[in-house]
Amino acid sequence: MEITLSPVSSSLSKTFFASLYELTNGERIRTCLQCGTCSGICPFGYIMKFPPGKMIGALRAEIFDQVIKADSVWMCVSCNACSAFCPSNIPITAALMTRAKEEMLLAGNIPTELQAALENTQRYGNPMGESPRKRADWTLGLQPEVNILGKTRQPVDVLWFVGDYASFHSRMQSATRALAKVLNALGIKFGILGPEENSDGDSQRLAGERGLFEMMAQKNGQIFKRYKFNEIITTDPHAFNALKNEYPALGISHPVKHYTQFLYERLEQIKPLLKNEIKARVAYHDPCYLGRVNGIFDEPRALLKAIPGIELVEMSHQRLNSLCCGGGGGGMWLDGFQWEKAHTRLSEWRVREAVVASAEILAVGCPYEPPRFEDAIKTIQNASQLKVREIAELLAEAMGL
Amino acid sequence: MKIAVPVKFVPDLVEELTIDPGGAALDTTWLRLIINEFDDHAVEQAILLKERGSGQVAVTTIESEGADDFLFAAAAKGADQLIKLTGDFSSANNHALARVYADLLKELQPDLILTGVQAHNDLDGSVGPLLAELLGLPYVGYVAGLTVTGDKVVARKEYSGGLVAEVEVKLPAVLGIQASEQPPRYVAYSKIRQVMGTAKIEERPVSGLDPSGGTAVSRMFQPEVAERATMLEGGADEVADKLVGIFKELGTL
Amino acid sequence: MSQDIFVVIEHLRGQVSDTSYVMLAGARQLSQSTSGNVTAVLLGHNAQGLASNLAADKVLYMDHAALAEFTSDAYQIALAGLIQEHSPRAVIFGHSSIGMDIASGLSAKLGTPVVSSCRAFTTDGKYVSQICGGKIMAEGELPGPAALVTMVPGGYKSELGQSAQAPALTTVSAPTLEGLRVTLKQYIEPDTSDVDIAKESMLVSVGRGIQNKDNIELANELAAALGCAVSASRPVVDQGWMPTTRLVGKSGKRVKPKIYLALGISGAPEHVEGMGESEAIIAINTDPNAPIFNIAKYGTTVDMFDLIPVLTEKVKQAK
Ligand SMILES: Cc1cc2nc3c(=O)[nH]c(=O)nc-3n(C[C@H](O)[C@H](O)[C@H](O)COP(=O)(O)OP(=O)(O)OC[C@H]3O[C@@H](n4cnc5c(N)ncnc54)[C@H](O)[C@@H]3O)c2cc1C
Ligand code: SF4
Ligand code: SF4
Repeated sequence: MEITLSPVSSSLSKTFFASLYELTNGERIRTCLQCGTCSGICPFGYIMKFPPGKMIGALRAEIFDQVIKADSVWMCVSCNACSAFCPSNIPITAALMTRAKEEMLLAGNIPTELQAALENTQRYGNPMGESPRKRADWTLGLQPEVNILGKTRQPVDVLWFVGDYASFHSRMQSATRALAKVLNALGIKFGILGPEENSDGDSQRLAGERGLFEMMAQKNGQIFKRYKFNEIITTDPHAFNALKNEYPALGISHPVKHYTQFLYERLEQIKPLLKNEIKARVAYHDPCYLGRVNGIFDEPRALLKAIPGIELVEMSHQRLNSLCCGGGGGGMWLDGFQWEKAHTRLSEWRVREAVVASAEILAVGCPYEPPRFEDAIKTIQNASQLKVREIAELLAEAMGL
Repeated sequence: MKIAVPVKFVPDLVEELTIDPGGAALDTTWLRLIINEFDDHAVEQAILLKERGSGQVAVTTIESEGADDFLFAAAAKGADQLIKLTGDFSSANNHALARVYADLLKELQPDLILTGVQAHNDLDGSVGPLLAELLGLPYVGYVAGLTVTGDKVVARKEYSGGLVAEVEVKLPAVLGIQASEQPPRYVAYSKIRQVMGTAKIEERPVSGLDPSGGTAVSRMFQPEVAERATMLEGGADEVADKLVGIFKELGTL
Repeated sequence: MSQDIFVVIEHLRGQVSDTSYVMLAGARQLSQSTSGNVTAVLLGHNAQGLASNLAADKVLYMDHAALAEFTSDAYQIALAGLIQEHSPRAVIFGHSSIGMDIASGLSAKLGTPVVSSCRAFTTDGKYVSQICGGKIMAEGELPGPAALVTMVPGGYKSELGQSAQAPALTTVSAPTLEGLRVTLKQYIEPDTSDVDIAKESMLVSVGRGIQNKDNIELANELAAALGCAVSASRPVVDQGWMPTTRLVGKSGKRVKPKIYLALGISGAPEHVEGMGESEAIIAINTDPNAPIFNIAKYGTTVDMFDLIPVLTEKVKQAK
C-alpha cells in the first residue's frame, strides 16, 4: 500500500478535476472534509487502495495517475452508500467513481469479464451475448399471449420494459412470467418490446462506458417513439433508474415506475386476490437502485405484508443503509476480479444477515439478485434452508397463479 | 513497415442458423454477420506490432452489414488506413475473396499480411494461404506471436498438443494468425464515435468475381441435437463401460 | 488421370499424427467409390520407418534434408511436382497446422479445387464437411477431375488407418529445394507449468459435488489416464482447491473441447456460458433434475465416488 507523493504528471489530476466540475454538483468535490465516512461505509473500502476519500486526497495532491495505475476502482459496485452518507453531499458515485472508471476504460485497463459484457452489449444489446431475437422467449407458453408491440401494434396502457436479466437469465424467467400473470390477473393492458428492446445500459454507464450507455438509450428512445402507451413499468431497478434519472437528459422522457410501485398503487385491488397463505419469516433486501438511490422503501414492504402468513423481519442493513448484493456498477461482470481481491462476495454477507435475522425467505425486487443470493446460499453455513424469491413470485403464489 | 489485414465476415453463431428452402445454403433472412474471430486477432496483432515498432496498418474488408462499424473500431484501435471493397459479393467464396484482396494488395505492397488462420465457414481452403500463392509469397499459419527483424519474421507456429515451432519467414509474407499476443482490446464507444467523425473509409468498387477452385454444395443440413441427455443406466461398472465406448467413439481415447 | 487417393502423411519429430490414420481410413472409404488405390505420401528425411503401419496400398516416399520436419515452402514445392506427375483423383490433407498451411496454396498453384473440413465421405463418394462450429453439415460431389481435401478427425476411427503389415514403399526423387523462404529454427516444448484449458480437446471438470480438496486427486487420476486436463466450476476454485486458470464460465475461461466430462456440476447459467459450446457434454450428477442434463449429450446419476475409480481403471485397460 505504498503511496508515493511525487506526481509522475500532474496534468491528469488537473484535467480529471476539471471534468468533474462539468457534472451535476461536481464542484461540490471541493467541499470534501476528508472525514472518511465514504471509505468507511463502502463495503469494499477496506480493500481499495484508493477508496473515495483517499481518491479525493490524491486529486488534491495531484497524484491521480497513481489512482489510475491501481486498479482498485473496479471494486466499486456503484451502490451509492458513500454518496448517501457524505456530509458534504458530494456525488461520489455518480461523478467521482464513474468518471474514474471511464478513465480506466479509456486507458485500456479493463478486466476481461467486463470487456466481454461491454462487447456483448455493443453487438447484441445485452451483456450476456444472447441473441436479441430470443428476448421474448420467456413468454412462450403463457396464456393469454403476451402482447409484443412490434407484432400487434396495438396501443397499450403500460409498456413493460423487461430488462436484460429478467428476459434472459434462466433463473429469472420464471419470476418474469410470474409478474406477467399478476398483471393479467389485474386486467392491466400491457405490452413488451421483445426483440426490439435493448439493454437499459445503466450498469454499463456506471462501469465507465458512458458512450455505450448513450447508444443503448438512443436505440430504446427510437423504439419508444413507435408505439402508443401511457407509462412505462420496469422489472429492473437499474432500468428504472436509467429511464427515470438519465434518459430525460438525452431527450427521452416518459413516466416510469418500478413494478412494485405500480402494484402498490393497486394494493386494494390485489388484497382480495391474495388467497393462499405463505407462512414464512421474510426479510426484504433493498436493491440499491430502488431504495437508496430512488427512495422506494415502503412499497415493496407493503406488498409483502399484504400476503397472508408472511412475517416481515428486517436485516441489520436496511433501507438507506442497505447492503449491496455486489452486482451493481459492473459488479455483475467483475465477479472473478473482485473475488481475486477480496475472497468474499457481498452476496454472501447479505445471506449471512438473512440467516442471522432467521429469515426463511429472502425477498428481492431486482433481477440481479436471485442468481447471486442463490449462489451464495450454497457456500454459507446454515443457509441451506433459505429461499430467494422475487416479490412478483410471492404475489403470484399467493394469488394461486 | 506496412502491415495489411484483410478480414472476412462470417455468420454469427449466437443466432440460430437455418437452411434456405433450396436446401444447399444458409438462409440469409435472419443471418447476422460478425467479424471472423481469428481476423479480429490478426487486427490486434497488427496494432501490437505497430505499437512495438513503427509502421502503418491497413485494414480491409468487403462491403457487408457491420463493415463500417468494424473498420471504425479498427481505426479507434490504431489502424491507419481503412479500405472497403464494394460490389456484389453474394457469390464470393474464399477463392474469389483471395483474388480481390490479391488485386488490392498488389497495389498496396505491404511488407507483412496478417489474416485469421481460418474461419468457421471455410469450405474451400482459407483466405491467407490462397492469397499468399496468388501474390507469390510464403505462408505460415497457426501463428500465435511473432517478432520482426529486418527482412525476416520469426513466427511461433502452434501444433496440436501445445508444441510450438519457431519458424523464420522471409518478408514480404502472409501469416495466418491463431491468436494475438494479447486478446483483442476494448475501445470505449465514445472513442469509436470520435473516430467516425474523422477517419475516412476508402471505397473501391470490385466487379467480376472469380470463384473457380471452390467447391459446390448440393445439400446442407443440421446435425440432430437432442432435447435432453441420453441417460446411461446401470451400476458403476456398466456405466463405466459405456463411457469408455463413448470416449472411443468421439475420438478422445 | 488416375483414380487413386493420395494421403499426405503428417508427422512431427518422428511421430505420425493420429489424424493421418483417420485420413487413411477416409481415403479407404473414398477409394471404394472411385475404384482406385490408396497411396500414402510420406515426405521426410531418413523417415522410411514411419510408413510401417500405414494402412495404404502403397507408399510414395520422398527423402530430402529440407523435408526432415514440416515447413510449408518445401512441402508445397515437393507436393506440387508429385501431384502433377501422378494426377490422383484426390489428395487428402489434415485440417491441421500442417495440412491447412499447404492445401490452399496448392489449390491456387495447380488450379485444383479444395474442400475443407471434410469429416467423412458417403458411399457414393460425396464429401461431408462440418462447418459453423459443428452446427452445419455441407455435402457435395467431390470436385473433379482432381480435388484437394482437408480432413477433420471424428468421422473415422484411427485404428482403421493402421495396418500390421508394412505397405510397399517406392522412393521417389525430390525436386531441388533451394531458396526456401520458410525455415524451422527450433521447437519449443509446451509450458507444462500450467495448461491452457481453452486448448484441450477433452476436459475432466469438477464441481462442488467433489466435496473436498483431497477428492480432487480422483479427478486428476482419471484425467491422467485419459491424457487430458482438469478444469473446475467456481466453488472449487473459490475454495482454492484448483487455480483460477482452471475456472470455466462467465468469470473464467470459455472452452469448447470435444468432450466435457462434468463431475458433480449442476449446470448454472454462469457455468454454462463457459462450456455450452463443447462438442459433447457428459454429466455425472446424482440429481436427475440437475439442469446440466438439459445441455448434456450423455448423462448418468451414478454417484461419482462409485464411478470414477472404476472408470479410471477401465480407461487404463482400454489403452
Ligand atoms: C456473477 C456471477 C458469476 C459467476 N461466474 C461463474 C463462473 O465463471 N463459473 C462457474 O462455474 N460458476 C460461476 N458462478 C456461480 C454459479 O452461479 C454456480 O453457483 C456454480 O457454477 C455452481 O457450481 P457447481 O455446479 O459446482 O455447484 P452446485 O451448484 O452446488 O452443484 C453441485 C452438483 O453436484 C452434484 N453432486 C453432489 N454430490 C455428487 C456425487 N457424489 N456424485 C455426483 N454428483 C454429485 C449435485 O447434485 C449438484 O448438482 C457465477 C455466479 C455469479 C452470480
Ligand atoms: S464522506 Fe464526503 S466529505 Fe467525507 S471524505 Fe468522503 S467525500 Fe469527503
Ligand atoms: S458506490 Fe458503493 S462501492 Fe462504490 S465507492 Fe461508494 S460505497 Fe464504495
